[in-house]
Amino acid sequence: MSGPDNSGLRRGGAAIVGAAESDLGQVADGFNVIDLMAQGITRALDDCGLCLKDVDGLICATTQSRTSGLNLSEYLGISPAFIDTTIIGGSSFMFHVGHALAALQLGLCNVAVIAYGSTQRSIGRQNASVREINPYETPYRPFLPSSAYALAASRHMHQFGTTREQMAEVAVAARQWALKNPVAWEKKPLTVPEVLGARMVSFPFTVRDICLVTDGGGAIVMVAPDRAKSLKKPPVYVLGHGQAITHANISSMPDLTVTGALASGQQAYAMAGLAAQDIDVVELYDAFTINTILFLEDLGFCKKGEGGAFVSGGRIAPGGSLPVNTNGGGLSYCHPGMYGLFLLIEAVRQLRGEGGERQVASAQTAIAHGNGGVLSSQSTVILGTEATL
Amino acid sequence: MPEVEQSPLAVYQAHLDKGELAYQWSAAAGRAVFYPRVVCPYSGSTALEWRVASGLGTVYATTVTYPFQGDGYNIALIDCDEGFRLMGRVEDIDPMAVKIGMRVKFRVHAAEGDEPAYPVFIPISPNGEGA
Repeated sequence: MSGPDNSGLRRGGAAIVGAAESDLGQVADGFNVIDLMAQGITRALDDCGLCLKDVDGLICATTQSRTSGLNLSEYLGISPAFIDTTIIGGSSFMFHVGHALAALQLGLCNVAVIAYGSTQRSIGRQNASVREINPYETPYRPFLPSSAYALAASRHMHQFGTTREQMAEVAVAARQWALKNPVAWEKKPLTVPEVLGARMVSFPFTVRDICLVTDGGGAIVMVAPDRAKSLKKPPVYVLGHGQAITHANISSMPDLTVTGALASGQQAYAMAGLAAQDIDVVELYDAFTINTILFLEDLGFCKKGEGGAFVSGGRIAPGGSLPVNTNGGGLSYCHPGMYGLFLLIEAVRQLRGEGGERQVASAQTAIAHGNGGVLSSQSTVILGTEATL
Repeated sequence: MPEVEQSPLAVYQAHLDKGELAYQWSAAAGRAVFYPRVVCPYSGSTALEWRVASGLGTVYATTVTYPFQGDGYNIALIDCDEGFRLMGRVEDIDPMAVKIGMRVKFRVHAAEGDEPAYPVFIPISPNGEGA
């Protein structure tokens, strides 16, 4: 179940030096995913003071371009020395961080960009991410991914007594953070009764338990530590990385209450020499409200089964004891289909003190945890400021 | 001629057409394999033996999915007594009344048009009779 030993990756062996979103929400008519990736890359390079001709490592993922690495290279006019287009769902970008760290450490490239783009709101989700037929699942007409995550939630409710109200608290906390983020899609407050009373999609989830459907993209820029220090902004170092793939389809998930985040988190913490209590800012892939609960448990912020109680009473909302999903999350900020890159962007901003109204005071460490498929691929990245090296 | 004359899916589907729920048994791993495939994911063995399940199982997880139009319908994961899990639908009962731990029995949802036959489940009472 666990991924390969990542002991070959060096703590602090690379830094994120640039981070930016492309346009988000509903982008201009005719924009395609390569446009959005290029926009994100340009902005992320501006953020750190590098330019296109410096880029020799190109990493990207999108559901809307089968050979995105080729298309993006051509569009940008670069011939990358290192290229990676691993695509395993929304956690792809956390896997990419591990690959970029390895490539920079080995000298396969000097400046790596990781990019994403999606126009799923503009063209429709069914067009942006065409479902594959599975003869063992398709006959039952699951809404994927919603029905699969609902099955996981049913199991958590059965085994641990987790309630719909507790899951709704996750959505409410995300909304409160989103109201502090000027580029968040959602602009109005949300209450627990409103979550519970919204249109039922797949029990126990209403539409408010489920992430947004937006356009969007972005990029981050990574370099080796020696180069990072001379750039525009304080470097954010990769302290830990872990990954785990447990299944592809929900009917093959070994235990619906325990995700690969347990293994990926353990790898990342071991590499970083940190534990959950050392983390200042927590960014978790909240495609559904149950995700936040599962990942808080599997990443050690609370015990297995106690996630529902843990998120209650505003603990993860602004002003609570643990800041979680400070950008408003996939639930209220933006979710173009593969959300992982945005968790990394927000973690970088928090560690630079660029969080504005939602800034977590004196944040030195952050965790960005990505999820892909139907709880299938998990990857954990632990980031820190120079003070944590 | 190809070395394998019938795909794992074709064998499975042929059993369903006879009213049987088939799965594979891996002697090397000492456990059932589902969905059908050409290699056992637990042992790496390609020696997989076809068996017919009793059709008895227990609901492991359940949801009711609501289309934009029409009624909600059940989607469940069923743990079969032979030790494999599959997706299914529990029928002949209000979909919201399907509970985790409920004992169920397999029946065939017959082929319709282009759609092949597939397994569904109905509740059984504790003594094994139909509900």
